[in-house]
Amino acid sequence: MNRHLSSVLIALAVLGSSAAQGEEGRLIATGGASSIDGAAGGGLTPWAVISSYGEEGQWGASAFGTRVFLPDYRLDVAGVSASYGNRVEISYAHQRFDLGSLVHKLNLPQDSLSQDIFGVKVKLFGDLIYDRLPQVSLGLEYKHQLDFLIPSLVGAQRDHDVEGYLTASRLFMGAVFGYNLVVNGGVRYSRANENGLLGFGGDRSDARSVLKEGSVALLFNPRWAVGMEYREKPDNLSFSGESDWADLFVGWFPNKHVSVVLAYAQLGTIATLDNQNGTYLSVQGSF
Amino acid sequence: MRALIVISLSLLSACALQPPKDDSLYHALGDKAGINHIVEGLLINIAHDERINRHFRNADPIRLRDKLVEKFCVESGGPCTYTGDSMAEVHKGQNIGKAEFNALVEDLIDSMDARGIPVPTQNRLIARLAPQRGEIIGK
Repeated sequence: MNRHLSSVLIALAVLGSSAAQGEEGRLIATGGASSIDGAAGGGLTPWAVISSYGEEGQWGASAFGTRVFLPDYRLDVAGVSASYGNRVEISYAHQRFDLGSLVHKLNLPQDSLSQDIFGVKVKLFGDLIYDRLPQVSLGLEYKHQLDFLIPSLVGAQRDHDVEGYLTASRLFMGAVFGYNLVVNGGVRYSRANENGLLGFGGDRSDARSVLKEGSVALLFNPRWAVGMEYREKPDNLSFSGESDWADLFVGWFPNKHVSVVLAYAQLGTIATLDNQNGTYLSVQGSF
Repeated sequence: MRALIVISLSLLSACALQPPKDDSLYHALGDKAGINHIVEGLLINIAHDERINRHFRNADPIRLRDKLVEKFCVESGGPCTYTGDSMAEVHKGQNIGKAEFNALVEDLIDSMDARGIPVPTQNRLIARLAPQRGEIIGK
């Protein structure tokens, strides 16, 4: 984690040094926050928006850190993204899932599960705000699980995989009592167990499935948003059920360089332990 | 949601043909005087906005203000007539980019914030202007 954190910090410094000439041609909050997979969007699911604030001909970059406090586990994520022309975004995220009390309870050989996620997202057509059509984007994520002993013991089939998602986002002006509403909906084609932290494919099913995900966010003004998210998950491993994920969030975008998201995340059953519901906190910097 | 979209779409298409009868937005913006303040604030913000002020250097500020007041007045359902040139005509040859359009939206929001215009009212005005982006950018 330290190695990854320092690479994130170096990236931040490099990005920060170019921030002076950074152009932010899009409206505030339209770059979204950073999802745990590294793509721009909400917390648990990506949106069709492209990260940071670059418009046509402009570059953008962002970096983020996220921590999810759960009763028996803890998830830490750090990542970076770069974008160009409000058209394409590449991202990297490193996730570390601390197994907490389960390590001693089951005498586990590892105390955490980590993975790297490399993502690319391309806006296909439409616009979040202006065009007749909603903004629609296609994304690909390459995930590499780095501690595969435990996943392999519970039936996971492989330690890396590629998954795709197609997602649409639209801001409806004044839709709720005069306030703007952002609606996001998408489908994901994946066989990741617990988002990939428990590997890919399983003893019960090794095929990718189509998974729905979506979110809504109400903007009280351009800087404050509240909303909820939902992400369907597969059930490939027989040793434990896997819950769909949901959360309620508050997002704060004080300016185009910083955003903070606080959420109550309902992650349900993870690796046999029930009721893994807790606090999600994410901080993002954009340049 | 679908009903909302249909309603707003039909409102928009209706408004493109004739001035809206509903003048509640005009009143919410403070009538002619309020709109005048918003437009003057907008023009001051633009003048200080390095991203877009070059587009306005050759404009006659008094005429620009008067035509914008007329424009906002008509768009908000007020008793005005827009006597300026079409949006496409006004912006011809300026090659306004998407980022520059957004900069103007931000300057407008800042001006309305400074006037204490509530967010839902701001959203109503922006919702009437946003569909005209296509007549302004890239001309």
